[in-house]
Amino acid sequence: MKWNVPNGLFYTETHEWAKEENGSVVEVGITDYAQDKLGGVVFVELPEEGDVLSKGESIAVIESVKAVVDTYAPVTGKVVEVNRELEDRPEALNEAPYEEGWILKMEMENRQELEELMEQEQYREHVIKQEEEEQ
Amino acid sequence: MSHIRKTPLYDIHRQLEAKMVDFHGWFLPVEYSGIIQEVQGTRQDAALFDVSHMGEFLITGKDAGQFLQEMLTNDLSRLKPGQVLYSPLCQQDGGTIDDLMVYCLDQERFFLVVNASNTIRDLQWLQEHQMEGAEVADVTEEYALIALQGPRSQNILQELTNTSLGQLPPFRFITNVSIVGITCLVSRTGYTGEDGFEIFCSPEKAPSLWEALWETGQKDSRGLIAAGLGARDLLRLEACLPLYGNELSRDISPLEAGLHRFVALEKHIPFVGQEALQRQYNKGLPRKLAGLEMLRRGVPRQGYSVVEEDEEIGLISSGSFSPTLNRSIALAFLPPEKTSPGTKLEVVIRGRQYPSRVVKIPFYRRGEK
Repeated sequence: MKWNVPNGLFYTETHEWAKEENGSVVEVGITDYAQDKLGGVVFVELPEEGDVLSKGESIAVIESVKAVVDTYAPVTGKVVEVNRELEDRPEALNEAPYEEGWILKMEMENRQELEELMEQEQYREHVIKQEEEEQ
Repeated sequence: MSHIRKTPLYDIHRQLEAKMVDFHGWFLPVEYSGIIQEVQGTRQDAALFDVSHMGEFLITGKDAGQFLQEMLTNDLSRLKPGQVLYSPLCQQDGGTIDDLMVYCLDQERFFLVVNASNTIRDLQWLQEHQMEGAEVADVTEEYALIALQGPRSQNILQELTNTSLGQLPPFRFITNVSIVGITCLVSRTGYTGEDGFEIFCSPEKAPSLWEALWETGQKDSRGLIAAGLGARDLLRLEACLPLYGNELSRDISPLEAGLHRFVALEKHIPFVGQEALQRQYNKGLPRKLAGLEMLRRGVPRQGYSVVEEDEEIGLISSGSFSPTLNRSIALAFLPPEKTSPGTKLEVVIRGRQYPSRVVKIPFYRRGEK
């Protein structure tokens, strides 16, 4: 598969990733597959620190030249940090979706929600299946 | 799902790993390497576009010219063989049926290039109005169309033909040009705002023609790339070339779209829509196309509202982030009194107002930086 799916992260069906940091904080972004499908990202509308988001709720709107997509919270929690760099350099989402392209950090309410997400192998299969359906 | 047609270059697009979409019933590449890179590549070097989906008609007969004069808003009276003319095609009320290119082969034969989305309706419309002495034939199936656009276009194409391209000015064409032995119609036209050519050939020969251009364009770091519909749409927006369905429609007159230059109100031969357009012109336009530049990040798109003091005054017809200008731009239909450059207006993006200002169009003109 041509898309990078790092080990150790948790993945959603809607192509977000969550990385567990210290304590109950998770870093959230979109996957390599998601950024590739979107094409050149030109704008990211971010939430505010302190916003409380439920799992599945929109956390950011990402605009590429050709599309507008919502990004969803992989877990329920409070936004503790937002990657403001993306406002000036939205292309970081394409260049390094798992590093500089992170979107925000959340403080999880319930770690169980993270456990329910997909891991590397499962997510790979999910992407392959989605690709097949598209063909 | 209805039958989707493939252009003769379909296999090449697949090999190049293009993302394909269904565009008005045709499988076409929306992007290859990425829309932004493709726009930059076209402006800096050169790009190949498969535009074989475009419709082509042949209008023939001793009254072919007269027939087109009655159907089209532009004036063909001075159009000579070898020249191309852009013209809207209007209905009685001045609404636009399509916008097209007329190629004068000789005074009794004209070649029309129309939008893929309108080919069937255009043909019906022309046939309904057909007169004695003018035959209308749909020849779309007989042609593939490759656009070679960008500053290095002539350099690339010249290497493949003995016909001198330096002598070919914009909006002129040559028939029976041999490019690597393939007979083509070569026209110095395009839809990108750059110098370039549109090359018509038979569908069977199109893959060989593409490959020859591709190989030549890769040599000596000429930087030729393939570009898809995504880049094409952005390039034409930056150059403010109208897109049917956005800036033109049955509910939008060419005058409203800022195409006065292509509406010959003074034409001696009455044409369909003339009275309505003349009335609209005399009365003053209710809305006019203007260019907006976003003052903050945020992407305006078709259908978004333009507001002034919380009141909607117009709608965006096309909008995007412009890679060439590195900011977001849009075309919008506005009350004429709100279209002076510098006017500050807001665009509503997902319920929030984003500041913008009216700017002169086109946003991009070749040779200006």
